[in-house]
Amino acid sequence: MNATLRNVVPEQELLRFYEQMFISREFEERCAEQYAKGNITGFLHLYSGQEAVAVGATAGLHRDDYILSAYREHAQAIVRGADPRRVMAELFGKSTGLCKGKGGSMHLFDPSLNFMGGYAIVGGQFPIAVGLAFASRYRGEDRITACFFGDGAVNQGTFHESLNWAQLWQLPVLFICENNFYGIGTEVHRSSALASIHKRTCGYDIPSEKVDGMDVIAVYRAVKYAAEKVRESGRPYFIEATTYRFRGHSMADPAKYRSAAEHDVWKARDPLPNFARKLLEDGIATRDVLDDIEAKCRQTVDEAVSFAEESPWPEDSAVWEDIYV
Amino acid sequence: MSEMTYRDAINLALKEEMRRDPSVFVLGEDVSLYEGSFKVTRGLLAEFGEERVRDTPISENTIIGVSVGAAMGGLRPVAELMTVNFALLAMDQIINHMAKIRYMFGGQTFLPMTIRMPGGGGSQLGAQHSQSLETYFMHCPGMHILYPATPADAKGLLKSAIRSNDPVIFLEHELLYNCKGEVPDDPDYVIPIGTAEVKRSGDQITIVAYARMTVLALEVAKLLESEGISCEVVDLMSLAPLDTETILTSVRKTGRAVVVDECWSTCGLGAEITSRIYTHCFDILKAPVKRESGLDVPMPYSRHIEKLCIPQVDTIVRAVREVMSGSY
Repeated sequence: MNATLRNVVPEQELLRFYEQMFISREFEERCAEQYAKGNITGFLHLYSGQEAVAVGATAGLHRDDYILSAYREHAQAIVRGADPRRVMAELFGKSTGLCKGKGGSMHLFDPSLNFMGGYAIVGGQFPIAVGLAFASRYRGEDRITACFFGDGAVNQGTFHESLNWAQLWQLPVLFICENNFYGIGTEVHRSSALASIHKRTCGYDIPSEKVDGMDVIAVYRAVKYAAEKVRESGRPYFIEATTYRFRGHSMADPAKYRSAAEHDVWKARDPLPNFARKLLEDGIATRDVLDDIEAKCRQTVDEAVSFAEESPWPEDSAVWEDIYV
Repeated sequence: MSEMTYRDAINLALKEEMRRDPSVFVLGEDVSLYEGSFKVTRGLLAEFGEERVRDTPISENTIIGVSVGAAMGGLRPVAELMTVNFALLAMDQIINHMAKIRYMFGGQTFLPMTIRMPGGGGSQLGAQHSQSLETYFMHCPGMHILYPATPADAKGLLKSAIRSNDPVIFLEHELLYNCKGEVPDDPDYVIPIGTAEVKRSGDQITIVAYARMTVLALEVAKLLESEGISCEVVDLMSLAPLDTETILTSVRKTGRAVVVDECWSTCGLGAEITSRIYTHCFDILKAPVKRESGLDVPMPYSRHIEKLCIPQVDTIVRAVREVMSGSY
């Protein structure tokens, strides 16, 4: 980053970025704790390490824009505005959850926020994103659709079908690849003939760009630029954000396929302490201000856990509800 | 009433619904400029224009996924998969997405979308283009499945499908496209989803059928009338939800049943219907229920052996006689 932060983003925004990254990390670490306690069951995929992508990208979008994601999506939902209490309650399987306890960790959804879902079939969200973008254009709405996915999704047929389709029909889709370099335990160069993912869009003539996904400001600037390009042109655009997950693929994965040395290199690039240091160096925040933000986030997550614990289970009758209109 | 073909009745339903509701649009392979590989979408491009009548790439899974997204975004897509066989390429979006989204997102959204799929065997199209896959869809909750036998039903059911706020799979039998029948002119003629119909009354035996098998069953009933066998024909029309009550009411009256389906016998929809009959009518049955189904083989090309794989008028006649005579 050449310029000082405040030349790029207003001060209040910068503090909000920090707060959103911090609550995302705190939320995930508390999820791990609740999983160990048996309060969260099933699959649990944590986002720790990738926060700069969700926070920077969401800030670069308009509130009306649709967001879709995969199954590592707690932070994306919360950063978009989902109530952490209801997200935690969903993970607990409680009736007060975002989806009444029917979705779970991998299927968060909140149409009031235009957060159009977490999808757990790799690549399943691509065509749905294209369809939402078509609906927006058909209805004359000034919104774009942002579709998040991982590096593992780019070898699915839907990736290629959807890139082709979005460009063919000239639809406003912003594809955002969160390249954390591993599809479960398979490193990207072991699954992709062309491991530089953003280059794969040339077959569809879709402009693309690679960005440092550990740098929230870099992600924000790239997405803001791309989103405006998409909005103006009505055509797709593609961003590859390189990042790293500090935990395994899911809670069941000890991540033995990665070396400690590799982990340490990325840990040194942890977006949270690095961004905090920049905020301090640029005089945007004092340590006290950051401490206050962190304390507030911890309290919010505490409340989310309490809310989830105290919430009721779904009624038996709920099993038959919400299948048909 | 106007006389028209099954194809034209479907075409009319599409046009009427597109005129009625600007959020309805049609997409699929060759549906626009080419007017459909079975010419079901003839005249749509000319009347409604390119934005509403859209050719797509040959990407079946994405055709359905785009329809799911468009439905979530406030439109009423009517997707055509060129044949039901190609739906197997789209099963991820159909089963894992379309049929799940409302439930797994806690009822916060709904998908008012229809997928039209021509299908069925008997046209010598070989193993990959002759399948009857209705049971594949029936097995999965979260969507309705309709399969009309007559032009009037095709119109009334497709209009219900397009107006439904749930996803609907609308199957069309390729051998029925040229069949003619009287079709109500009323632009609001709709048939409720989930209702079967007694297409012919009788009191000695019930033939349960759907789509082209209903057409055959009606021929059978007519033939056997001269022998003094009175057949009641129940046309399912809606495969999901199944109108079990209409089936059971008929079987309680006749005490006998032949269940005809075109799909493979093993785990076929005839097995489900037979099971429901046994569960609810066991004590009043005068004879075991007989199933007449497609053979459990891939469809051969040669017409001499292809016809062995699909129930025919003579095989259904034989089944009815066997049940009537007790020579099972």
